[in-house]
Amino acid sequence: MTMPPLVFAFLAALAIIASLGVILQRNPVHCVLSFALALTDIGVLFMGLGAVTVGFLQIVVYVGAIMILFLFVIWLLNIQADALKPRGNLGIKFAGAIGAAALAAELFVTFSSYPRMREIRTMPPDFGSIASVARMLFSDYLVAFEVTSLLLLAAIVGAIALARTTTGAASPALPVTVGGDAPAGAPVDAASSSIASGSPAREHA
Amino acid sequence: MTIELLIGAIKAIVIVVLVLGLTTMMLWFERKGSALIQDRIGANRADIFGIGKRLGLPNFGFINTVLADPIKMFTKEDFVPDGADRALHALAPFLALFPVIITFAVAPMGDILRVGRYNIDLQPANLNVAALYVLATIGIGVYGIALGGWASNNRWAMLGAIRASAQMISYEIAMGLAIIAVVVTYGTLDLQAMCRIQGGVWFGWLPRWGILLQPVSFVMLLIAGMAESKRVPFDLPEGESELVAGYFTEYSGGKQAVFMMTDFAEVLLVAVLITTFFFGGWQVPWLYRDGFHFPGGAHLLMPNLIVALLEFVAFWVKVVIFSCFQILIRWTLPRLRYDQLMRLGWKGLVPLGLINLVVTAFVVVVAGDK
Repeated sequence: MTMPPLVFAFLAALAIIASLGVILQRNPVHCVLSFALALTDIGVLFMGLGAVTVGFLQIVVYVGAIMILFLFVIWLLNIQADALKPRGNLGIKFAGAIGAAALAAELFVTFSSYPRMREIRTMPPDFGSIASVARMLFSDYLVAFEVTSLLLLAAIVGAIALARTTTGAASPALPVTVGGDAPAGAPVDAASSSIASGSPAREHA
Repeated sequence: MTIELLIGAIKAIVIVVLVLGLTTMMLWFERKGSALIQDRIGANRADIFGIGKRLGLPNFGFINTVLADPIKMFTKEDFVPDGADRALHALAPFLALFPVIITFAVAPMGDILRVGRYNIDLQPANLNVAALYVLATIGIGVYGIALGGWASNNRWAMLGAIRASAQMISYEIAMGLAIIAVVVTYGTLDLQAMCRIQGGVWFGWLPRWGILLQPVSFVMLLIAGMAESKRVPFDLPEGESELVAGYFTEYSGGKQAVFMMTDFAEVLLVAVLITTFFFGGWQVPWLYRDGFHFPGGAHLLMPNLIVALLEFVAFWVKVVIFSCFQILIRWTLPRLRYDQLMRLGWKGLVPLGLINLVVTAFVVVVAGDK
C-alpha cells in the first residue's frame, strides 16, 4: 500500500505550511490550530505509508487530546498576542541558528544519499496492522513499554499531588499547593482565579 | 475499476443522504415528541398554500421541520459580532459537523449484497481499524465547538466552549474504555467483522448479540455518547439559564443550524455505535445468508437480495430506535450540575470502565482463543 507521489507531495507541502503557521502566526490559538493541522497531516502521511494504526493513534492522542490541552492552557493562562512579541535575546537566536544549521546539514546528507534510499526492504504483508504493532510492543519492546507506562503513572501521581489543596474540598481563591513551589500548578491556579473574577457570574454575585 | 468507483460513490451518497434525512426526522421527532411528553400540541401550522388543510390531511408539523424552518434559518441574517475572529467563526460550525458526518463512513449497513458478479460490501468504507477511526473522528469533533465559542468574542460563548471541551474530553475517556472492552471481547477493530461475530444463536434461540456479553459497556457507551452529543442531561455547554446559549450564543441563521444538525447527527452516531457493538448491527434474529432458520427447525429460504435488504432495514430500524430512546431521555431527565457531571465521568464511569476492561480481559484469556 503506497500513496501516489502527487498525494505525498500535497501532504508534505501542507505539513510544511502548517508548521510554518505554528511559528509565524501571532495569535496563539491560530498557532495551536496550525499545530493540530500539521499533526493531522502527519497522521495521514503515516496512513499513506501503510502504518494505519500509528496514523490513527497519532490523531487520537495528539490532535484529539494534547492539542485540546494546549488550547486549554492558552485560554486559562489568558495569553494575549501582544505578550508574545519576539524578544531580542541573543542567546536564543544563537542557539536557533546552530539548530537550523544542524538540521540543514542533516537534510543535505539525507538528500545526497537519495540513491541509496531505494534499497528499502519490502514491507511484510501485515505491516502497520494493529496486531503487528501490538506483537512488537508486547514482545521485543516490552521493557521499554512498561517503563513508559510507569513514567506516565508517576506523572499522573505528580499532577494529583500538585493540584491537591491542603484544605481539601473548600479551595481558597489561590490554593496553596502541596509541593511548596509548584512550577506547573501555580500559574494555572492564578489563571483560573483571574478567569473567575472576570466572569459575569462573579460580577453579579 | 470504473464500476467499483461507481459502487463506492453510490454507497457514499446513500449514507450521507440517509444520515442527513434521519437527522431531520430526529429533529421532527424531538419537537413532536417533546410536545407529546409535555402535553402540548407542537408544530402544526405550516402548510403549502393550504393544500393539506383543503384536502383535510392531519398536520403533523412535517412541513415546519423539513421545509419552513430550514428556509427561515438559511435566509436569516448571518450576524457576526464585533471583534470576532471572522474566519474561525465561519469555519467552526463545519469543523464541528464534518468529523461527525465522516464517521458514518464505517457504519456497517449490511452484509454482502450480490449484484451480478459483484459482491458489494454494504459498509461504505471497509476499514480494519474502524474502532480507532471512530475514536479519532470523535476526538477531532471537539475543535468545532471549542473554536466556535472562542471565535465569538463573548464571555458566555467562551465559558460554554470551555465547559464543552472539558466535558467532551472527559467523557471520551469513558467512551474509549467502553469501546476497548468491546474490542477485547470481539477480538477485532473491524465493525463489519463485529457484526458477523454477532450472528448465530445461543441455546438454539438466543441471538448472540453483544449486549449479553458487555452490558456494562453498553450503559457506559450510552451515557458517554449522550455526554458527547451535549444534550440534556449533559447540556451544560449550552446551559441556557446561565450562559444564554453557551458556545453558539453568537451564532444565527445557517451556522447555528449547522451546530444544531451536529448535535442530532451525534445522536445518530451514538445510536449507530450502540447498534453495531451491542445489538448485532445488521443482524436480524435467526436470519442467515440463505434465509430464516427459526428455532424449532422451520426454514424460510430467501434470495440474497431480500436478505441484504432486510439487513439494511434492520440496521436503520435499530438506529432509529436508539436515537428515539436518547431523545426520550432528553425530555425525561433534568440537567446535571457541573460537579455532578465531572464526578459521574471521572469517579463513576472511568473506574467502572477500567474494572470492566480488566474483567473482560481476564475472561477472554481464561476462555482462551475462540
